[in-house]
Amino acid sequence: MTISTGNPLEGSMQDPSRSSDLDQQATAESYMLPSGQPVQLVDPDGRHIHNDKYPLPNGEALLTAYRELVVGRRVNDQANALVRQGRMAVYPSSHGQEACQVAAAVCIDKQDWLFPTYRDTVTVLARGVDPIQALTLLRGDWHSGYDPYEHNVSIQATPLATQLLHAVGVAHAAKLKGENTVVIAMCGDGATSEGDFHEALNFAAVFHVPVVFFVQNNQYAISVPLHHQTVAPSLAHKAIGYGMPGERVDGNDLAALLSVLGKAVERARDGGGPALVEAHTYRMQSHTNADDATRYREDDEVQQWVPKDPIKRMRTYLTDLNLLDEAVEKNIAEQAETVAAAMRDGLNAESEVDPEDLFRYVFTEKTSQLHEQAAKLRDELSRESA
Amino acid sequence: MSTTLTFAKALNTALADEMESDSTVVVFGEDVGLLGGVFRITDGLTARFGEERCFDTPLAESGIMGMAIGMAMNGLRPVVEMQFDAFAYPAFEQVVSHVAKMPNRTKGKVKLPMVIRIPYAGGIGGVEHHCDSSESYYAHTPGLTVVAPATVQDAYTMLREAIRHPDPVVFLEPKKLYWSKEDLELESLRESVGSFGRAVVAREGSDATLIAYGPSVSTAMNAAAAAAEEGRSLEVIDVRSIVPFDDETVAASVRKTGRAVVIAEAPGFASVASEIVARVQERCFHSLAAPVLRVTGFDIPYPAPKLEQFYLPSVDRILDAVDDLQWEDA
Repeated sequence: MTISTGNPLEGSMQDPSRSSDLDQQATAESYMLPSGQPVQLVDPDGRHIHNDKYPLPNGEALLTAYRELVVGRRVNDQANALVRQGRMAVYPSSHGQEACQVAAAVCIDKQDWLFPTYRDTVTVLARGVDPIQALTLLRGDWHSGYDPYEHNVSIQATPLATQLLHAVGVAHAAKLKGENTVVIAMCGDGATSEGDFHEALNFAAVFHVPVVFFVQNNQYAISVPLHHQTVAPSLAHKAIGYGMPGERVDGNDLAALLSVLGKAVERARDGGGPALVEAHTYRMQSHTNADDATRYREDDEVQQWVPKDPIKRMRTYLTDLNLLDEAVEKNIAEQAETVAAAMRDGLNAESEVDPEDLFRYVFTEKTSQLHEQAAKLRDELSRESA
Repeated sequence: MSTTLTFAKALNTALADEMESDSTVVVFGEDVGLLGGVFRITDGLTARFGEERCFDTPLAESGIMGMAIGMAMNGLRPVVEMQFDAFAYPAFEQVVSHVAKMPNRTKGKVKLPMVIRIPYAGGIGGVEHHCDSSESYYAHTPGLTVVAPATVQDAYTMLREAIRHPDPVVFLEPKKLYWSKEDLELESLRESVGSFGRAVVAREGSDATLIAYGPSVSTAMNAAAAAAEEGRSLEVIDVRSIVPFDDETVAASVRKTGRAVVIAEAPGFASVASEIVARVQERCFHSLAAPVLRVTGFDIPYPAPKLEQFYLPSVDRILDAVDDLQWEDA
């Protein structure tokens, strides 16, 4: 009996009913357990590592994603610069985590949904949201600047783990309506300590809805390291407690992320239910520009992650495959510069805010109280300008 | 043809009628499926509409609320039941940070047409955490529409209107009224256009105005009846909608009578009752013959069953307050 069933998560994430003779003795839990080590398909030196369960994505797919990776790094750098120049209040950088950011956006289809956190701006942009609209939040114009329905990207959430339940709700509604929709629900390692993380995974499993929970374990929740959040063998192991498969993946390996997330998405789309994917990565910069990471971690530790950079290894791998040469690199760099220039132009332009907006969207129809308060402010402003 | 319905059955009928007319309405919560809810408000809905339309969830209120938000984002109209007032607190973050704010945050791009049903307040000898009057928490949160029906007819019409409302509604159901009965003309009510968001004059009077909502309206009505026997004519305003608040109806009554007492079960400090007093005073100052008084719960945790009679606003306490409205100056 072969186990090559086409099951998107065969192996560690396969359905027990499809297990091989060899696995007949396996417990219900074993198919949910993550791999012994984070799945890695391209090592830090750019060499392919064979994996029975997870095939390497084809070169074209990798090159397309690599392009987004380079753009994503440029977006992070540009956003940091704009904060230094006072054009944005703050920016939570995903520098070092760009492979996760890109993979989450490209592993789903147009009709699918994405639920990002405040650190996932690169994912939001990779999904197609206009950079200036996305950065409106951080410029201080409004709490969110884009229409979630335009690209099926929910607003970037700051209250930790709360958005995971919204993701479950969108998936549940999609299931009830018979829609072919998969939802990627993103959070970080710190958020896995929140009650809503638990409730979201439990609800998703009980209602068997198509959600892939994607945890970017960047080792720190602001200043608190992972071992203060949990003593579980890994965050991926938490999946088994909810009755869903968990998997862990090298979060700096774009190829592995695409393969692991891709399988989880495919499985969810095929009615296989939710899954939990933990990406091992590292937040190379401070929590935000307002944070000082030297207060809680040594530079030696940070330096250990430099050789594991997601861009470097993919560049080596693609170059060795002859998919990437100087001309293509130059073209990609130009694309990144175009995005960065658009960010600079958009954020350097003065934006108008309308005080009437304060009252406009609280309810579909203003209450009489809000009418009164809006009139009062209008009067106040007209007297000031008179 | 009129039908005698309990408050609970009126709510149940409203849910069924709305589920019948709108296939996007889904009902869920704890024990709302096969059991029909601990107060039987969802009785028979699963049998009639199927497990996809009315279903039990895992026992987690934040999960219920957060999932409802996502379902509302994706085209459904969830009606969720929080089993008891104090059991809704685990969902507080979802309510305050997302239910209330999502439409504003997205400049109206995301609408959340959802109803949060909460059996609330006391008067049934319930144990601790089953009798809270939690309306102030919700009313204080911009973005939430907060209503409390006080009659069987309003239980029916207001719940239907809440489900059809484009914004999230916190629907407070006074549990002591669940077993109260009225004769309703259901057929004509089904056709009628309601007055969602408006207060009503529940009893006309000329000497003073009693302003109440939810469980306190019936107490106010009893107080007005008792006062009438003593020759004093009290008007009773049923606020119905805490947010939006109908300043117009309330102020018109107080300007007419010149005196007012606000009645609510919740502790009075920093409460909806306090807000009503402030609003009346701001609008009716020159019509007032006496300060506006409050009869509310004491500023204490809700008491144990044997002590709740001392806590709840009573007819006598309301009449005492009316007596204190400086009649000697009249």
